[in-house]
Amino acid sequence: MAEVSRPQPQFPTLARQREADHLGMLIFLTTEVLIFGGLFAALFVLRAEHSAEYVKSSKGMHLWLGGINTAVLLTSSAMVALMVEAVRAGRARLAKWLLMGAIALGLAFLAIKFTEYALEYRDGVVPRLSPGNLQGGPDALFMDLYFAATGLHALHVAAGLVLLGSLIWPFGAARSDSSAAFAGNAALYWHLVDVIWLFLYPTLYLAR
Amino acid sequence: MTDAMSHVNPRMSQEPVPDTAEERVSYLAEGHSLRSWLLTTDHKRIAILFLLSITFFFFCGGIAAALIRLDLLTPAPDLLSNDGYNRAFSLHGIIMVWFFLIPSIPTTFGNFLIPMMIGARDLAFPRLNLASWYIFVLGGLATLATVVLGGVDTGWTFYTPFSSTYSNGAVFMAVTAVFISGFSSILTGINFIVTVHKLRCPGMTWGRLPLFVWAHYATAVIFVLATPVLTIALVLVALERIAGIGIFDPRLGGDPLLFQHLFWFYSHPAVYIMVLPAMGVVSELITNAAHKQIFGYWFVAGSAIAIAVIGFMVWGHHMFVSGQSPYASAIFSFLSIVVAVPSAIKVYNWTATLHKGDIVIDGPLLYALGFIGLFTIGGLTGLMLAMLAIDVHVTDTYFVVAHFHFIMVGGSVSAFFGALHFWWPKITGRLYNDLWARLAALLIFAGFVMTFAPQFLLGYEGMPRRYHVYPAVFQPLNVMSSVGASILAFGYLLPFTYLLWSLRHGKPAGPNPWGATGLEWTTPSPPPKHNFETVPVVDKQAYCYPVGGRSEDSKPATQKAEPGDG
Repeated sequence: MAEVSRPQPQFPTLARQREADHLGMLIFLTTEVLIFGGLFAALFVLRAEHSAEYVKSSKGMHLWLGGINTAVLLTSSAMVALMVEAVRAGRARLAKWLLMGAIALGLAFLAIKFTEYALEYRDGVVPRLSPGNLQGGPDALFMDLYFAATGLHALHVAAGLVLLGSLIWPFGAARSDSSAAFAGNAALYWHLVDVIWLFLYPTLYLAR
Repeated sequence: MTDAMSHVNPRMSQEPVPDTAEERVSYLAEGHSLRSWLLTTDHKRIAILFLLSITFFFFCGGIAAALIRLDLLTPAPDLLSNDGYNRAFSLHGIIMVWFFLIPSIPTTFGNFLIPMMIGARDLAFPRLNLASWYIFVLGGLATLATVVLGGVDTGWTFYTPFSSTYSNGAVFMAVTAVFISGFSSILTGINFIVTVHKLRCPGMTWGRLPLFVWAHYATAVIFVLATPVLTIALVLVALERIAGIGIFDPRLGGDPLLFQHLFWFYSHPAVYIMVLPAMGVVSELITNAAHKQIFGYWFVAGSAIAIAVIGFMVWGHHMFVSGQSPYASAIFSFLSIVVAVPSAIKVYNWTATLHKGDIVIDGPLLYALGFIGLFTIGGLTGLMLAMLAIDVHVTDTYFVVAHFHFIMVGGSVSAFFGALHFWWPKITGRLYNDLWARLAALLIFAGFVMTFAPQFLLGYEGMPRRYHVYPAVFQPLNVMSSVGASILAFGYLLPFTYLLWSLRHGKPAGPNPWGATGLEWTTPSPPPKHNFETVPVVDKQAYCYPVGGRSEDSKPATQKAEPGDG
């Protein structure tokens, strides 16, 4: 990589290219919100049509694990936000530590999430898989949607971790300007993952 | 042949063609290897890749349509089995909607022209643009795989619970194909929005954007906001299909209507994905044919945005008989009538633009006029369908089939061919024979009306869609429709002959054969790789045609920047 970043040929200035990347990322995140929107619609319809079963299933969720995970993800998001400020301020060392902290918390989120899945398997509420034999019906549908929504979210967490991971190496080089732009966009994605969880958590765990 | 060759388009300038094309290497000559095409990031080359791919799918979908119309010649099921017929119309719908109509104008002409019209060297994200094509091709291959796996019999709408529980076709593969192609739409949409925001050249304010760009901006917004909802709806169908989770199965606590809501939340705006770019094309064609400023620039631009916004709030009119709340139906009915207003504004403004224009009737204008006529019929019957009482009577009949074909085929495909003829000299650097273009435009119009006008009558008299066995009383109109379809097919094939012929034998076009005003006409034909040698600076509104038309003493327009033009 060259020391000084040059804009791609279609952009008049580097600043314009940064703005375009930022806007492109925001629009992409809009599409992500709408993808999850369909799942939320499905959950709300289930809640409206089978309220009692929905509440009962929701009460079976591991509330504390979900709550801890919310705290973990929020803290991680805060560290990413601070990381972007650190990169902008040129404090590469601090940024690196914050980034590694955020990644560690992201991994912790996934670990807790999969522990939760294992507990649910043991509880016998995994449709078609658990020995508990949850029969088809609104209860099973709730669990299916829970797995679809949190599973898709976990995929996004994993993608976000890859994105954050790809940020670690550039800090050594003298590319703080382009690093800051890329870090800013990666951080936006991580915040989106966080925001989606903030809506998933009450929808799935707190419907009681 | 010499006689026919002398039919130079009367609109084309007769002055000698400047030899600018030789000075800079055109985008077509930038490299001839397959690799130089398959790894290109040039928006113009990607547009050509898309053009070739969607033309292929247009023929695939057309073959299915031919089978359908042949089978419907007689009341008996003599060509296709019941299952075969279901598969033919499903394939026709899936291919034509997602692999021709949705990408048709945006990914080809939008891709080619948006950067040129706004004075940019490329789209904002050229690699994303190429990725969009590869994703599209992957989706197309999955569609072909669906055919190999035995086809799908759900119709293009994939209604549950039939698609999720009962159908024995290759639903999973078909759903996967559409799912994949959705990401192509999303990437194209992101690219267009960012490009229009960030890459306009100096002086190209929002108020000076060509209406083609406004239309594509509105389309891109729909791409971005509607497609993800279809994506997740299809994921749920696939989950139901593989794991039987019951989300659309009432026995398991699900709701089959949820699918219709999610599907039409995408698929009604998708109709505007098909027709908004066509409207953008027609705005360009009409102003150039009349050689004057568009009538009511802000109304035409604003109505594109209004259509995109209101278009998101009318999906329930597909579900009047699905058992949704009558109050919801009443509101959806009202909103569906409201969305006709901006469309009507456009039609009025185009005709007002033609009024007292210096009109030359040629191929592109005939296609544009064909669009206006067919779109108006399609739109007015759409108003009828928005009325609750009429809709209950004609739901799922040929009336609906005729209505949406008037919009999607009569409208959008006419505009697609109009765009192909108008920008062909720019894209290829060659002139075609306009006599043939006019003939093809007339054939397409006549063939189209003959195919689909009888279907209004069939539907109103009660012939349901998606049936291939029908009472003998419906035969005469069906025969008429099938005969019309063969004329239509001939009309569609004709341009491929003379346009391809022009590639080798056509005269060089010169930079601006139509005397048009857009920035794309200031470049050589075909344009060089990064379009503009120096960044253009715009100091005029769009469509600043000389006052006084084409006559010798016409004065160059003096409309300079105004405070009100953005």
